[in-house]
Amino acid sequence: MADLGVYLHIVRAQIRSQTQYRMSFAIDLAASTLISALDIATVFVLFSVSGGLGGFGGPAVLLIAGLSALAFAIADAVFGNAERLRELVRSGGFDALLLRPLSALAQLLAVNFAPRRVGRVVQGMVVYGLGLAVADIDWNPARVLLAVVTPLTGAVMFGCLFIIGATVAFWWVESGEVANAFTYGGRDFTSYPLTMYGGGFFGRFFAFGIGFAFVAYLPALALLDRPDPMGVPDWLRWCSPLTAMIAVLAATALWRVGIRHYRSTGS
Amino acid sequence: MIIEATGLRKDFTVRRKVGRFRREKHVVSAVDGVDLAIGRGEILGYIGPNGAGKSTTLKMLTGVLTPSAGRARVCGLEPVAQRVTLARRIGVVFGQRSQLWWDLPLAESFSLLRHIYKVPAADHAARLKRCTALLGLDEFAQTPVRQLSLGQRMRGELTAALLHGPEVLFLDEPTIGLDVLSKQAVREFLAEVHAAGEATIVLTTHDLADIEKLCRRLVVIDHGRVVHDGSLDELHARYGSRREIVADLDAAWPGLTLPGAQVTAVENDGRRVRLALDGATAGEVVAALAQAVPLRDLSVQEPEIEDVIARLYRRD
Repeated sequence: MADLGVYLHIVRAQIRSQTQYRMSFAIDLAASTLISALDIATVFVLFSVSGGLGGFGGPAVLLIAGLSALAFAIADAVFGNAERLRELVRSGGFDALLLRPLSALAQLLAVNFAPRRVGRVVQGMVVYGLGLAVADIDWNPARVLLAVVTPLTGAVMFGCLFIIGATVAFWWVESGEVANAFTYGGRDFTSYPLTMYGGGFFGRFFAFGIGFAFVAYLPALALLDRPDPMGVPDWLRWCSPLTAMIAVLAATALWRVGIRHYRSTGS
Repeated sequence: MIIEATGLRKDFTVRRKVGRFRREKHVVSAVDGVDLAIGRGEILGYIGPNGAGKSTTLKMLTGVLTPSAGRARVCGLEPVAQRVTLARRIGVVFGQRSQLWWDLPLAESFSLLRHIYKVPAADHAARLKRCTALLGLDEFAQTPVRQLSLGQRMRGELTAALLHGPEVLFLDEPTIGLDVLSKQAVREFLAEVHAAGEATIVLTTHDLADIEKLCRRLVVIDHGRVVHDGSLDELHARYGSRREIVADLDAAWPGLTLPGAQVTAVENDGRRVRLALDGATAGEVVAALAQAVPLRDLSVQEPEIEDVIARLYRRD
């Protein structure tokens, strides 16, 4: 982290590079702002029409959707660029990152930083803020802390998924969109109450095997002070930081192994 | 030794299609037990045909690829395990992999690299000034890299690789695709860097002029193995390339034998004879010739390095 200043230099250079193409940058920015605005409108329409989902009322559902959206948006802005790895591995361009005296992973994220993705974070904040406002939360210091930390732990978990998904490219260059099933699929999965998925194998696997329950659903239960209809123990709701840490360990371990399998290309 | 490698090997698994769905795995050794010992301040040409394993070796020495077997040390460091520390102490130009920011002016890449390598501002400025003078960077320092010609970009890459004052410079085909003038500029620049004693230089090339102008020592690699390690002269001696005397005569060649020389061809109705020097000096052979036959014209031909290398590559 001592190199943080260096990465900021790289990110700024990346933004300058993108603004070289002024028109394209402007269109990009306008389009993503418009899409964000429409997304927010969609959420409102959905929640004004439907009363609730999976046994939860509209405000609770909005809170869960907001948590998921914000966590995903932060992860997408910071770690979403990891998917560029596939391209770099195929072309051999990853060499250039390995030749510099910096972490290859951090460079991968900084070099491909896309400013337009930051817009989504604002959108997530709006939905989450609204969820917090309309949901009936009995505020105390622990809940305030939880409300602040949860989007971050969720972002870390999604971020690790982005990295794990990208790392697969070291072994399997044609991995294509497989990783997106878990990242974008995870965003959709975590947007709704867990009760919606029933108690089947896949629901349980996604919720606890991969840990998606810890992104939004379980912390939201703690914020709302509601028992889980499926009987998940109460203490698990406070475990999101722990699961995020496990995800970080798994992602970094996989990355370390993966980088040794990098084959480069002939030149 | 600033670079050491013992039994360095890199295997790649290649899947080949057999039949409709089945695929067979093959293990190909791109580098197959390379030993290298390079001293500080040397300038070494690492040559071989396409696919011989040159780039793969360089990638293992720079920490890009993990060796399948063997051991490598560069600046006393283990390339993959100590990649970040090593990266500060080496400079790398891989012709096809730019270190520059495509959309930004060249000068901005240089200042970014200063931050990345944490080079003191004064050192950076001094090195940049020197490179600017030697390579004529002024003309295009403010041009975005994507608009540079290949020759200009290569000058930029060389500068980028040297701004942090590396101890070793690895160059993978630094002159490939350049025009004559740019090639010359690059060669002169490298000769100057070497003469200043700043860096040990390892370069791969297909351009034999690079080798003749720059490299005192040659390591020739083929099928992943070192087939020659020594000077250019040693290469000639070993593969039997000899200087040749071509004599045009006023009369037909009488079929003499001269001590220390060997007749390799008689051409032009016996009026031209080619003699390969085999121990005797050119002077001795010319003197003997002048006594024996009426000489009209005479030339001494140096062995062509192309021929030697081509012969080397063909030996399987």
